[in-house]
Amino acid sequence: MPHDQTTDPPATGLSRRSFVGYVMGGTGLVVAADLALGAAPAQAAGLPIPSVPQVPELYDLNDFLTHCTMPTSGLIAIHVDEQGDAHFALPRMEVGQGITTSTAMIIAEELDLPVERVHVTLAPARRELLFNQLTGGSNTTISTYTPIRVAAAVARKALLDAAAIQLGALVTTLSVKGGVIFDLLGNSLSYGDAAALAAPAQTKQVQVELKAAAERNVVGTPQRRVDALDAVTGRKKFAMDLTEVDVPDALPTMVCRAPDLNGRPVSVRNQAAVAAMPGVTHVAIIPTGVAVRARTFGQCIDAVRALDVEWKGGTVAGRSSADILEELRSAQLPLAVPRLGATTVEGDFVFHFRSGSALEPNCAVADVRDGTATVWGGLKSPIDAQSKVAKALGLPQAKVTVNVVQGGGSFGRKLFSDAAIEAAQASQAFGAPVKLMWHRADEPRQGRVHPMATSRVRATVLLGSVISFEQRHTSVSTDFTHGLGERLTAEVAALPTGLGNLGFSETVFLLSQELPYNFGVVTQLLNESDRDFDRFNTSSVRNIYSPDVRTANELIVDQLAAKLKLDPVAFRLKHLKSGIVKNVLRRAAELGEWGRQMPAGTAQGIAIHKEYKGATAVLVEIDCRRQTVDRRVRDAVTGPRVTKATVVVDCGLAINPLGVQAQMMGGFSDGMAQALTYSNHLVDGHFLEASWDNSAYTRQWNTPFEFRCEVVDSDREEPGGIGEAGVAASMAAVACAYARATGSMPTEFPINFHDPLHFEPKSFVPSVPASPTNGLDFVS
Amino acid sequence: MPKHTFQLNGETVTVDVEDDVRILWVLRDVLGVTGPKYGCGINVCKACTSHINGKAFNPCAVPVGAIGPGDEITTIEGLADTAPGDGLHPMQDAWLEHDVAQCGYCQPGQIMTAVALVNRVRAENRAITEDDLDSIRNVCRCGTYSRIREAIRTGAARM
Ligand code: FES
Ligand code: FES
Repeated sequence: MPHDQTTDPPATGLSRRSFVGYVMGGTGLVVAADLALGAAPAQAAGLPIPSVPQVPELYDLNDFLTHCTMPTSGLIAIHVDEQGDAHFALPRMEVGQGITTSTAMIIAEELDLPVERVHVTLAPARRELLFNQLTGGSNTTISTYTPIRVAAAVARKALLDAAAIQLGALVTTLSVKGGVIFDLLGNSLSYGDAAALAAPAQTKQVQVELKAAAERNVVGTPQRRVDALDAVTGRKKFAMDLTEVDVPDALPTMVCRAPDLNGRPVSVRNQAAVAAMPGVTHVAIIPTGVAVRARTFGQCIDAVRALDVEWKGGTVAGRSSADILEELRSAQLPLAVPRLGATTVEGDFVFHFRSGSALEPNCAVADVRDGTATVWGGLKSPIDAQSKVAKALGLPQAKVTVNVVQGGGSFGRKLFSDAAIEAAQASQAFGAPVKLMWHRADEPRQGRVHPMATSRVRATVLLGSVISFEQRHTSVSTDFTHGLGERLTAEVAALPTGLGNLGFSETVFLLSQELPYNFGVVTQLLNESDRDFDRFNTSSVRNIYSPDVRTANELIVDQLAAKLKLDPVAFRLKHLKSGIVKNVLRRAAELGEWGRQMPAGTAQGIAIHKEYKGATAVLVEIDCRRQTVDRRVRDAVTGPRVTKATVVVDCGLAINPLGVQAQMMGGFSDGMAQALTYSNHLVDGHFLEASWDNSAYTRQWNTPFEFRCEVVDSDREEPGGIGEAGVAASMAAVACAYARATGSMPTEFPINFHDPLHFEPKSFVPSVPASPTNGLDFVS
Repeated sequence: MPKHTFQLNGETVTVDVEDDVRILWVLRDVLGVTGPKYGCGINVCKACTSHINGKAFNPCAVPVGAIGPGDEITTIEGLADTAPGDGLHPMQDAWLEHDVAQCGYCQPGQIMTAVALVNRVRAENRAITEDDLDSIRNVCRCGTYSRIREAIRTGAARM
């Protein structure tokens, strides 16, 4: 494939190793580089889109995200302190994906400093960075790799220059080991001492050469997370762990929400009585519900349950999943190729709503007073949060400070600042600082969900070849209004011809979806059934459209293989366009022993995905035998069991292979849950699921007994994205295995959606369940 | 307001709070002990798992009035002190060795569950089985389940 950028040599601008950075004037050694460095996507502008290769082969979502970071000339700075330790505030958000660790590794590598002496923190909202402070699309490492390396290389050069003068040696004769500079005679100077001498009076520009691949000894080696010790000792601080010392008087606050999805409060009938409850300090209406502030969250829960509120109806009053399905079907775009009898293979798939909720609920701390606001939260688009909080409070944006705290998972959810806005509104209404947290019950019911979608696929086989493959994906609108969407308007002119006319969702779809097979005429189109973002609260949940799109694709690919009487792996290898995809597929088949004899009712399934400048192949074994499906674990959704999973990933330069494997494991848990057990049921205007006992996300009793992930050595010099890359192929592989084990292709996901509900829906009024008191009965 | 006294991580503590406030909030909101996390408040996610008198329990589902001065509560913060030596608890070491944590939010609860599970299985004089691991209810939304299984086996061998 001439246009396959994942196999082409790097384009101009990406392979250079010589860059310019700055040594900042003043005291102490501070170096900087432009965050836009090296970010020029290979074929950013003006390229015609040929009809045959699909858009992502030329210019994908990551190019677009990287492109959006280019025009901002924000500097990122590394500070080397008197101890010789390096400090860096990353303008991105850590939510578990391991970017603080990989960033520390990148700096350690270029600076020749041990990883534990590099301290990476999260930068607060920096308005001057414009759109260059958004964590999403698995784009962090892709877009920040070069600028961070350049800054670290500038620091190293400044330290060596200073040491050369001090030691009276030539720079070229100096060497560095563990943050100490040595000359040929064995004299040494620590980074700390050199840093004191290195700061110039005026800022100066310097040119540096980055390390070559052969000189690396940190990047590419498995490295444990820098925050692991804090995580296992309970010291890691999330937003709700900020205490009196951090924000005095920020008391627990919760919100009583409407019975209907997006219902709104009209009045409170018993405000005085609730305000007088034990521990309660404030009660007030905010736009999304009734906020209560108390000494403890337990007392907030009691108060929320006691509130008697008059509500306005919701945004989908009376509607159920079946109504939305009908709506989606009627919005489906027509297929171009007619059905041609025995030569046609087709499928019509349904993907239900699923909650994007992390384990840490939506939460934020806010202190609004005297015309200013300060917010603390796990926010992936802090600049957007700053502007939305300002707007909600009627304050100028400059009066709002947004501090970014590490988040307990995100999966696309934390691109939105829902809790930060509510916290600010509550703090303003109360005239007191708040620590606002959603009750878990509100997460699946009122929180952001992956939009429900249908996917229609039709392929045609003629004379032993696949001559057409069409897909029409129809989805409830996805909310992209977290700041990136607005950027599009400014960037349209620079996008490859033809993209500028599309809505933002269609653009994301077009930029991210790629059918990596040679199947003749290929068309993939997205349509959204309505443009109403306020009806459902959606977000680009981990991997956006890909898991659903690829599941539909790969199931049909298996059908095509069967029709042509070819083994699924052989068929894929024959039709795949990209070398890296073939490579991961071959390796997964080998590692996972593809084709081994399996007992009846059990089967293997295999699937591939290509995105984020890389490729993933997943091979699973599933057990659908009665005794397994019916196995009993107390209050658990069991069903088919994936017993073994093998993931092979090529993500370009793997900064931290151990972190890559972790992300694949997480992506696998998501993909499997979406295929088998995890969804939201919309019934009569609200979602039934209200907590982890209702939402059947993957648990230990669903986890494969064997999980293996191999990160293949890549000869590509640039890192790809890993946070989402594991989801799509995992979901597809599980679906394919299920189809082969049961002999019938599943068309609705999760496959248990129409099973009798495994739970009794919790009450809608009160909106949150009471905390049990019988915990001592379950001591174990 | 009533006073409640109990043992917390090896020290006697007394708090002034209503009887029905669940221990999770006494720990987090009153005492500032934030290792145990909130993930559901109804004893289903297990993020708050801690130990009472050496066994796993969920403080979100126990009112402070239900315990007394003789009850010993251990949170993740106090776990290392329950094991010999100055370092971490062997289960915490196993967690580091397998690099289990991603966001880390569920992990204090996971570790406390794991330690109690190993103790229970040991008291029954047997080795950990796949069924024992399957019975762990703690949610990890980052999906670290496989590494948790490996780490428990490593930790058990050293406990
Ligand atoms: S918060 Fe205690 S079990 Fe979920
Ligand atoms: S590590 Fe994030 S929830 Fe378990």
